[in-house]
Amino acid sequence: MRWIRQNVIGAIAILVLLYLFLPIAVVIIFSFNNPVGKYNLSWNEFSLDAWSQICGVPGVCSSFVTSIQIGLITTTFATILGTLIAFALVRYRFRGRSSTNLLIFMPMATPEIVMGSSLLALFLNLSFPLGAVTIMIAHIMFIISFVVVAVKARLQGMDPRLEEAARDLYASPYATFRYVTFPLVLPGIIGAALLGFSLSFDDFIISFFNAGTLVTFPIYIWGAAQRGIPPQVNALASLVFMSALLIVLSAQLVAWRKRRSLATR
Amino acid sequence: MAHVLPAVAVTPAIAEASKRKSRVAYFLLIPGLAWLAIFFVVPLVTLFMTSLQTESVTSPGKYVPGLQLSNYTDALAEYWPQFLRSFLYAGLATGFALLIAYPLAYFIAFKAGNWRSLMLVLVVAPSFASFLLRTYAWKTILADDGPVTSTLNSLHLLPDGRILNTGIAVVAGLTYNFLPFMVLPLYASLDKIDYRLIEAGNDLYGSPQQVFRKVTWPLSLPGVVAGTLLTFIPAAGDFINAELLGSTKDKMIGNVIQTNFIEFRDYPTASALSFALMTVILVMVLSYIRRSGTEDLV
Repeated sequence: MRWIRQNVIGAIAILVLLYLFLPIAVVIIFSFNNPVGKYNLSWNEFSLDAWSQICGVPGVCSSFVTSIQIGLITTTFATILGTLIAFALVRYRFRGRSSTNLLIFMPMATPEIVMGSSLLALFLNLSFPLGAVTIMIAHIMFIISFVVVAVKARLQGMDPRLEEAARDLYASPYATFRYVTFPLVLPGIIGAALLGFSLSFDDFIISFFNAGTLVTFPIYIWGAAQRGIPPQVNALASLVFMSALLIVLSAQLVAWRKRRSLATR
Repeated sequence: MAHVLPAVAVTPAIAEASKRKSRVAYFLLIPGLAWLAIFFVVPLVTLFMTSLQTESVTSPGKYVPGLQLSNYTDALAEYWPQFLRSFLYAGLATGFALLIAYPLAYFIAFKAGNWRSLMLVLVVAPSFASFLLRTYAWKTILADDGPVTSTLNSLHLLPDGRILNTGIAVVAGLTYNFLPFMVLPLYASLDKIDYRLIEAGNDLYGSPQQVFRKVTWPLSLPGVVAGTLLTFIPAAGDFINAELLGSTKDKMIGNVIQTNFIEFRDYPTASALSFALMTVILVMVLSYIRRSGTEDLV
C-alpha cells in the first residue's frame, strides 16, 4: 500500500513537471515551423529560416536588445539598493523595522496592474514623458523587494562564527567585510541579480503601462499576438530559455562538485 | 538576529555605539526605501486622487482634481461582472494549482534525494521562456482541432465543445502560469518538516490519510498560505490570459483597467477600478493571514 502511494506521488510529480514544460516544447518546436499565413499556431513544415534569419523580421531584434539593456541597468540599481536594505535588516537594530518590512512586502502583495497603473497615473499627472526611463524606474521599484528577500536569506543562513573568527584574528571591520562577509554573501547577490534580470526582461504588465511608444521584447510579442507572432520570436525565446537553463545548471554543477570535494577532503 | 544583547545595564559607551550603528542602518536603508516611497507609495496616492477626478467642463476629455465618489459606484455598477469573474477565476486557478503543486513539492522535499536541486531548477526553468509566448503556446495546445480538445470532446466532457476562447482556457492558463509560485513556498515549508514526525505518525499506526491530515498538512500550512497568496494575487490582476485564451465574455478586471487606461484614456474610471482591486485584495490578504496565523511572511 505504501509502495503504491509513494509511486503515485512520484508519477504525479513527473506529470506536473511535464505539464510545466509542455508549452516550452511548443515554443521551441514552432521556432522550426514554416507557418502558413501569418499565425504560427499550427504545424506546416520544418524550416530553419527563423534561426538563420533570426533578425529577419523588422523590430524583433531591436526590441530584444532594448529589453536586455533595460534589464542590465535595472538589475544593477535594484541589486545595489536591495542588498543595502538586506544588510541593514539582518545586521543592525534600528527603529522602524516593522514599517520597513511592510514597505518591502507590499510591492510583492500588490497586483502588477495596480503598480503599473498607479505609476502611469503619477507620470501623467507630472506630464513626465514615458519611455525607457519610466520603465526602468518601475522595474527597479518592483525588483528591489525580491533582491531584499534573496540576499536576506543568504545573510541569515551564514555562520556568524566565521566573522567572529576574523575579528578575533584582529581583522579590521573593513577587512572582515572585504575578505569574509562579502565573498560569502556574493552567491546570494548574484542569484538575486539573475532573478532581477529575468523579472525585468520578461515583465509585460508594468512595462506596458509605462512604455509610451518604446517597444520591449514582451511588448513586441503582445502587439504581434494580434497580427501573428513570427517564428523568429520563438527562436529568440528558445535561445533565452536555453542559455538561462545552462547558466543555472552549471551553477548547480559547480555547487555540487564543491560539496563533493569538501565531503571527500 | 545574529547578536543577542546581554541583559546588562546599558553603559553610555554601548548606547553611543548602538546609536552609531543605527545611523549606519539608516544610511543603508534610505536609498532603497526612498525609491519605494517615491515610486510605490506616492503613485498609490496619485492613483487614489486620479480616481476622484472629474471631467473638465471647459475642455471635455481632460480631467481636473475633484471628489467624484460616483466614479467608484459608476465603475463598479458597470464592471462588477468582470470584477467577480477575476476573483472566481483566480480562486479556481489557485485551488487547482495547490492541488497539483502539493504532490510535486512533497515529492521534491521527501522523495527526490539527489535529484532535489535538479527538480527545483526544472520548476523554475519554464519562467525563463517568455510569459506571453508560453501563454500563446496554449492556443496551439488547446486548439479546436488539437488532440486535447478532440479527446475531451469524444468523452463529451466539454459543454461548449471547445476549450479555447472559453473560461476553461483562461483558468487553465492562470493555473499554469503561476504554478511555480505555488510549488516553491510549499517546498520550502515541507522541507523544514522533521521527517521523523511523519515516520512517528506511521509507526503509531496512523493511516496514511491520518498522518497527512494530522501531521504533514498542519506543518506545511505556512507554505500553503504563502503559495496561495503568491498565486492568487497576480492571477486576480492578470489580463494576459483572458486576452489571449478567452473570448470577450471571459474578460477580467485587468482587461477593463487596461483598456480604460490605455485605449479609452478614461483615467478616473480605470484608477477607481485599480484602487478598488488593490483594496479588496489587501483586505482579503490581511484577514487570510490573520486567520491562518502566519504573520511572518517576509
